[in-house]
Amino acid sequence: MTESSTLTVALPKGRLGEQVYDMFERGGFPCPAIREENRRLIFENAEEGMRYFWAKPSDVAIYVERGAADLGVAGKDILLEYAPDIYEMLDLKVGKCRMAVAAMRGFDREDRRRTLRVATKFENIARRYYASLGRDIDIIHLNGSIEIAPILDLSDVIVDIVETGTTLKENNLEVVETILPVSARLIVNKAAYEFKRARIDRVLQALTEITEEKK
Amino acid sequence: MEFDESLLTVEERIGFSLRALYRDYGYALYRMSKFEEYDLYARNKDFLITDNVITFNDAGGRLMALKPDVTLSIVRATRDRTDGGVQKLCYNEHVYRAPHPGGSFQELTQVGLECIGSLGDREVAETLMLALLSLERVACGRDYTLNVSHLGVLSAFLDSLGLSGERRQTALELVARRSGHELDSLCRECGADRSAAQALQHLLRLPPDPAGALEVLRALCPPAGAASVAGLARVIEGLGDRVRLDFSIVSDMHYYNGVVFKGYLNGVPAAVLSGGQYDQLMRKLGHSARAIGFAVYVERLERVSGEERL
Repeated sequence: MTESSTLTVALPKGRLGEQVYDMFERGGFPCPAIREENRRLIFENAEEGMRYFWAKPSDVAIYVERGAADLGVAGKDILLEYAPDIYEMLDLKVGKCRMAVAAMRGFDREDRRRTLRVATKFENIARRYYASLGRDIDIIHLNGSIEIAPILDLSDVIVDIVETGTTLKENNLEVVETILPVSARLIVNKAAYEFKRARIDRVLQALTEITEEKK
Repeated sequence: MEFDESLLTVEERIGFSLRALYRDYGYALYRMSKFEEYDLYARNKDFLITDNVITFNDAGGRLMALKPDVTLSIVRATRDRTDGGVQKLCYNEHVYRAPHPGGSFQELTQVGLECIGSLGDREVAETLMLALLSLERVACGRDYTLNVSHLGVLSAFLDSLGLSGERRQTALELVARRSGHELDSLCRECGADRSAAQALQHLLRLPPDPAGALEVLRALCPPAGAASVAGLARVIEGLGDRVRLDFSIVSDMHYYNGVVFKGYLNGVPAAVLSGGQYDQLMRKLGHSARAIGFAVYVERLERVSGEERL
């Protein structure tokens, strides 16, 4: 069997994506066009057989699952929430944060007299977490600015990503429970791994070495 | 009756081509109703690819479902043979399910076969060969692979970790995602046997050629899995280099046992064929016979087979 040539990589837009692209570049998979100021959507280094594009972080897994990208970088939060049918082959150890439950300072988390109102973008993670505690919840799905919900008494708690906790602190909120640690993962399309295995394994090897250095 | 073959859709061509192949190996076409009582799916929910089933009440008030799966209907309707032989059935049917979580329902076409009865190595090997021939027919010159796992082998590796309950299940899920890094963390956290944990890591990185993979597997496998490795070697013998040993295929062990497999076609992002031995499902539905089968997901082939004539 001959290996197909180009590897297409979906990177999450933003600071994390840039950090991850640096890792690919250091690993020997550069694409200088990506650093140029222009409005192109896809960047290719034909000589190296690499193609990159930026995608909304929550969409990266969709591009990879459906084969528009062979590889991608997605947060563990997204992978747990959407459970895409992909391989999750490496913890890149960047974009570290945690999925947590936060509430107004002084909130009594043991008060079980009422159904807990939970505001979140991560419905599945929240449902699974509270099901494991045997607690009834009322999910309020929000798409952003989740922290406002308990301040305006829209919810009792929020389930969200917490990096430094500064925003919470400045708004009189605090983390009451940590659900799980989150970091960026290298994900791989299952069929691509069959037909581009040697190249994907080289990327994996190079990125593994870089993440080991970070330890 | 004569007709212009160019009128056939890609789906029809694939269906006829595969049915002709299965007929040549003694498989009889099995026709079934579009509906089943919902209870059949409710009792065997984990066997299905999806939780979402379209239900309705029939004229008598029974809760019915549009079939999301073919195998369950065939198994339910089948009668155990007493002569020690096998029943060979093939099908070309529509099923109804949402192929992506959160997505809408679609009518999907599945072509496949089931071999039910006193299965031995010969029947299992023939089923794997028919899976390969099916892939060859729909590949239209593209590369394809048949990835084969064996749940007996996988169980032996997992058992040797010494994990139980939820942790064993987590380890299995990590194997399915090829998450070597998380598997390593889990094993450290749980104090799993170190050499068993390393062996499991190697299991996820077997060489692509079947002979090389078997050699590594024989060296790595705990004694409890040796018979399964020998059985696996017998049924893939002579099938060629399109076969890959792939233990990330971890089909539900409550239903499946022995070999489980998936077929991939270059240019199609997900498996186009899926199958395995499901003696456990047979037991659950009250049969003493054993069974193996597979389905080809025709809708996944339409985009790549459109231009190329089968």
